[in-house]
Amino acid sequence: MKYFGFVWKNAWRKKVRTTLTIMSVLVAFLLYALLSAIGYAFTSGANIADAERLVVIDKISLINPLPVSYAGRIAATPGVESVTHASWFGGYYQDPRNQMPQFPVEPREYFEMYPELNIPPEQLDAWASNRIGIAVGEELATQFGWKIGDRIPLQATIWTKEDGGRAWEFDLEGIFSTDDPRGGTGYMLFHYDYFEEARAFGKGTVGWYILRIAGGANPVEVANAVDAQFANSPNETKTSTEQAFVESFSKQFGNIALIVSLILGAVFFTLLLVSGNTMAQSVRERISELAVLKTLGFPDRSVLAIVLSESVLIMLIGGLLGLGIGWLLVQALASNLGAFLPGLFLSPQAALGALGLIVAAGIAAGIFPALKAMRLSIVDALAHP
Amino acid sequence: MEVLAELKGVSRVYQKGKERVEVLHELDLRIPGGDFLALMGPSGSGKTTLLNLLGGLDKPSSGTVTVGGAELSSMSNSQLSHWRSTHVGFIFQFYNLLPVLTARKNVELPLLLTKMGGAERSKRADIALSIVGLTDRAKHYPRELSGGQEQRVAIARAVVSDPTLLLCDEPTGDLDRETADEILKLLQILNREHGKTIVMVTHDAQAAGYASRTLHVDKGKLETRAAA
Amino acid sequence: MASVRQLTAITWLNIRNLPQRLGASMVAVIGVAAVVLVFAAVLSMAKGFERTMVAAGADDTAIIMRSGSTSELNSGLSHEQTLIVANAPGVEKDGDRPLASAELYVVVDIKKKSTNEEANVPLRGVQPAAFEVRNNVELVEGRMFEPGKNEFVVGRAAQQEFIGLEVGSTIRFGQTDWSVVGAFSAGGSVSESELWTDVRVLQDAYRRGNSYQSIRVRLEDENDLAALEKLLKDDPRIDPDVLSEKAYYSAQAEPLSRFIRLIGYPLTILMSIGAVFGALNSMYSSVSARGKEIATLRALGFGPVPVMVSTIVESTLLAAAGGVIGGAAAFLIFNGFRVSTLNGASFSQVVFDFAVTGDLLLQGIVAALIIGVIGGFFPAIRAARLPVAQALREL
Repeated sequence: MKYFGFVWKNAWRKKVRTTLTIMSVLVAFLLYALLSAIGYAFTSGANIADAERLVVIDKISLINPLPVSYAGRIAATPGVESVTHASWFGGYYQDPRNQMPQFPVEPREYFEMYPELNIPPEQLDAWASNRIGIAVGEELATQFGWKIGDRIPLQATIWTKEDGGRAWEFDLEGIFSTDDPRGGTGYMLFHYDYFEEARAFGKGTVGWYILRIAGGANPVEVANAVDAQFANSPNETKTSTEQAFVESFSKQFGNIALIVSLILGAVFFTLLLVSGNTMAQSVRERISELAVLKTLGFPDRSVLAIVLSESVLIMLIGGLLGLGIGWLLVQALASNLGAFLPGLFLSPQAALGALGLIVAAGIAAGIFPALKAMRLSIVDALAHP
Repeated sequence: MEVLAELKGVSRVYQKGKERVEVLHELDLRIPGGDFLALMGPSGSGKTTLLNLLGGLDKPSSGTVTVGGAELSSMSNSQLSHWRSTHVGFIFQFYNLLPVLTARKNVELPLLLTKMGGAERSKRADIALSIVGLTDRAKHYPRELSGGQEQRVAIARAVVSDPTLLLCDEPTGDLDRETADEILKLLQILNREHGKTIVMVTHDAQAAGYASRTLHVDKGKLETRAAA
Repeated sequence: MASVRQLTAITWLNIRNLPQRLGASMVAVIGVAAVVLVFAAVLSMAKGFERTMVAAGADDTAIIMRSGSTSELNSGLSHEQTLIVANAPGVEKDGDRPLASAELYVVVDIKKKSTNEEANVPLRGVQPAAFEVRNNVELVEGRMFEPGKNEFVVGRAAQQEFIGLEVGSTIRFGQTDWSVVGAFSAGGSVSESELWTDVRVLQDAYRRGNSYQSIRVRLEDENDLAALEKLLKDDPRIDPDVLSEKAYYSAQAEPLSRFIRLIGYPLTILMSIGAVFGALNSMYSSVSARGKEIATLRALGFGPVPVMVSTIVESTLLAAAGGVIGGAAAFLIFNGFRVSTLNGASFSQVVFDFAVTGDLLLQGIVAALIIGVIGGFFPAIRAARLPVAQALREL
């Protein structure tokens, strides 16, 4: 655009002021990137939940276990393609504060149910054939520096062993990863058989079931069918889609989205103040120049456009820089804090939203000065520079 | 020569609160093409207002302003903008160059309103700069130029789109004698060799001497005194 | 001192013509106010949450769980083990009856009023001494539950946050109907987020046999804790963790409040950096707007240092004003605002109020002052270095 050079030079008229304004914009969009990644993390489970997986828990409470015998009846329910189970172990590694999730599962079934998880076939085989084998997520392996063949001891807080001890020892046989950048791998999987055999109580139960519905089946119908099977039994079930299940947790944290929006609102309000002030000063300083443009024959509209472009340009520079840095930071945080807050991710939607915000903010900050510039009377402006 | 610009029965009245200030009073003026007219008068006499009306920067409260066949007094703002870009060039006392642009870019500015490409704009600007004798300063910024040089850039800007009418408001008001003479000689060249019609407002009798004729404006009315 | 007099004079001049530079100044003030507001709001969540958790804990109440349990939910005690603890020396008695309450809780789903979505609420089974073992619990409405019946009393906070917990109403969990027969307050502590019933009834309803998760005892003297701990640990029949209730709840509060702080402080720092840029902008424009004035003062003989310092003072005053506004706004808007959220450690909802405390406000003001000083520093240097002659010429 032939006016670009002109707009650019005007934007940098006062270098310090423009730089500081750009820095303010940068910080605002950096915050946007970080806060939207955090907000995403709180809902991340829901975002990557498989639409064809359902979760079955005890109707009264998630904490109540379900009989392992339910597996067959769930599998036989129409619309159910496959079923497996998992339980909550709740131990820690060395320090009580290292409480990452650990699940006793059926090894091969679990990986089939979660195809988004990747594990080298030989590791899967090794793990499946070692009763005390354990498979850990990539993030954990990195965090603790574990390698295949390491002996991993876990201290149980709930599940004491039959012999009265609480130390459960495992051989690290597999490290799994996920392709989805949003999915976390900060957890561990071991054999349900070992869990069942060695634990002191609760035998014959599992924590919850996961099932996959057949293609084309209606999740709601299948869920109701499963629950109907166990209605009025000592362990009634509540079946929901994986997404709904995860969401029910993030919802309990309170309205995280609202809090994030409020904070961002405060941030952007001040941002608009700063940029708006910059633009107002910028226009005030060159009233006579803008009048000259008009005498030269520049239509009123183009004077408006010139001022608005300047505002949007400044916002673009700062905003894209802030987003870029924010994106890099999110990557870094995600790999380091993965076990602590999984799912930190700057989604494409958020980035696109940021772009829209940049333009909107640029227009908002510049509109009043631009209108003033558009409307100024040439005669008055030239007479009183 | 044919009449280029004509004012008929032009009045310009300002309403300042309850006060009614009549700056121009039923003025008639004819400017033939190729004229070099100087307008003199005490401050507040309305001579700048007269210039503004000729250039379509302002509209009369009554009467008509016609320049080159176009009746400015009945044109809309956007029509006036467009008209100005091709028919008139302005030269101000304080140059009014854009400080963020080089001399060449300042001169090119009016050409941004045309469909010319970058190369052609540059060429035209260079021609205009050579007319005013500032080819070697093309890449300098206004703050790097002397007052006289700045005014020359302003003149180059005023002629780059080849307008028929040049309107100058105290063009030498901020310059020393020697530099003022150079500028006035340049204006004469533009008038005599390039056929530009020039209307110049000035309070300096010596400057007026460069023009072909002088008119005096006082209290919104014209008094004719023939030039020497 | 001449410099101080000069400084005062210049600063006073600055402030007096502030209205002319209102736009730029307001930007600095509001920028800082926003930082302090967000800071106070976010961290008052952590404070409020902690306060609620810690208020529950008494120094002379001990809680005993199976060793290694990080929370009651993970713990398990047999009936015999709870008797051993209840009858241990150091436990206060009322006549013959030890002030001890062996307890167990489950998590039930009740809809939150604010979101109309189900949330996890603790249904705790307690023994008769539960009210005495804790410090500040009293019945404020209705009556206590009768042993053996499907009745419970509801904590005030839970009653306000969740649907259907009015005294006199009935609510169904699973296959069982329960009656809400009373409400209790507990000094704003986490206990107020719970529902209490007879522990035997709970055990039956949830098929827990005769097992418990924890036992709380009132100590004769708070210094008896260590002795009790040693005694119980030496006993081969039991493998306990013995802590003061206060210590227990602090540990429970820690993950969530640490998390909020982990987000809150960096967020504030980032916002402050943004505010610094805003303040720098304002002060630079202030200095250039006052260019002639400064040059005149210098020509008149005012030294460069008072000019510099007066700029920093102006900037700091503006920032302080912003800090006060932000803090006041945070207090008025957020203090006492009630929310509930999921406490991962207990797997259930905790109801708490935002607490905009004095020390938070102080931290906010300090942050504001720092922003003000930094924001004024570089412009101050420019003000001092202004070429006097040139500035006067541009008059």
